[in-house]
Amino acid sequence: MVDEELKSELQKRGVFIASFEDIYNWGRKNSLWSLQFGLACCAIEMIAAAAARFDMARFGAEVFRPSPRQADMMIIAGTVTKKMAPLVVRLYNQMPEPKYVLAMGACAISGGPFKEGYNVLKGIDRYIPVDVAIPGCPPRPEALLEGLIKLQEKIAAQRLFGPNRARHADRQDAAEYPVPSYGPHDLEPPCNPDVFRPEPVKSEE
Amino acid sequence: MTTAIFEKLQKTFPEAGIELVNNPSPSGQHSLLVPAAQARKVAEFLRDDPEFRLDYASNVSGVDNPPKKLKETVTRKEVVEGVEKEVKETVEREVPGYLEAVYHLYSISKKHGPVVLRMRTGDRDKDVALPSLTPVWKSADFQEREVFDLFGIRFAGHPDLRRLLMWDEFVDHPMRKDYVAPDDCDYEPTPHGEILARVQARGAAAGEVA
Repeated sequence: MVDEELKSELQKRGVFIASFEDIYNWGRKNSLWSLQFGLACCAIEMIAAAAARFDMARFGAEVFRPSPRQADMMIIAGTVTKKMAPLVVRLYNQMPEPKYVLAMGACAISGGPFKEGYNVLKGIDRYIPVDVAIPGCPPRPEALLEGLIKLQEKIAAQRLFGPNRARHADRQDAAEYPVPSYGPHDLEPPCNPDVFRPEPVKSEE
Repeated sequence: MTTAIFEKLQKTFPEAGIELVNNPSPSGQHSLLVPAAQARKVAEFLRDDPEFRLDYASNVSGVDNPPKKLKETVTRKEVVEGVEKEVKETVEREVPGYLEAVYHLYSISKKHGPVVLRMRTGDRDKDVALPSLTPVWKSADFQEREVFDLFGIRFAGHPDLRRLLMWDEFVDHPMRKDYVAPDDCDYEPTPHGEILARVQARGAAAGEVA
């Protein structure tokens, strides 16, 4: 690692140095193609964020792909019903590494206002790992852009070598998670314990 | 309007046993209760009758009436110590639950409506068949499927009676009052009320300290 102080000192004299990781991550974070995929009203805000006024192109994420094979990230914009959940997991499995997930809005995070409904999944993090959760109901386009910047920061900080290297640096094939099946009363299994590890509920006493 | 239709139906189908269900609220939206066996015939009549021409079924809904116990006071005469007296007695009677399909009909050509048509099933646990009115009003197709999905009324004669909202493998009917949703609403950062009680009860059952 290059000392940050030395780096900025050299930069003032017109010498730019960077590690391979920095350049690689800089390229990745500024060209994020997302899967074109809207589930509910959050998708309207996502469209607004991509259009002229908010202009996601400023952050290099304006290319929405209609195929998971060409996508870097998945914006889960809206309520995930139990009927839709297996399809979301399957789409995630079909994305190539490196891949990231933004859970946009209260519904994608936890079920939101429909949390006590029989047909709504209480958060997509029950089946796939979520990188950035964007709260709001729905989040404004600025919030989505903020979430995108947070994801860019996360990508910039990812290591490609060493013991703490990123998941995609570790394996050739894309990470896959079991697709839940439709059961007689609920999805089976109701969550993936490898991914979903909530903190135990504390009592108030 | 409904009263006029009811009178005409009484004249046309005197044997059908059609009832007028009164709505005592200010809206006064009375409805026609049609026995299942006659429903198809009555529906066709309402659609084709030149006076009413109810050519548009805007809405089909389901209603679940679970079984309930009715308390009734019965007066009967009894001879007590040689004197005839009237004795009042409270009798509990169990009424079996039933399901209802409610159709809201309008006339586009005559510009009137809605006219409310109801059909009732027998016991909601055993006898849940009703005739489908999709052959009469095409717009009832998806709505009857939804009623089948959520209430479990089986519409005989429906062209494609599959679940509409839930997946095909699902066996319950979630809008019935005795439906119990899967217990998966447990995790909250700050649980409170019902959910906290439920999670604590489950923790106690599993031998953990919640």
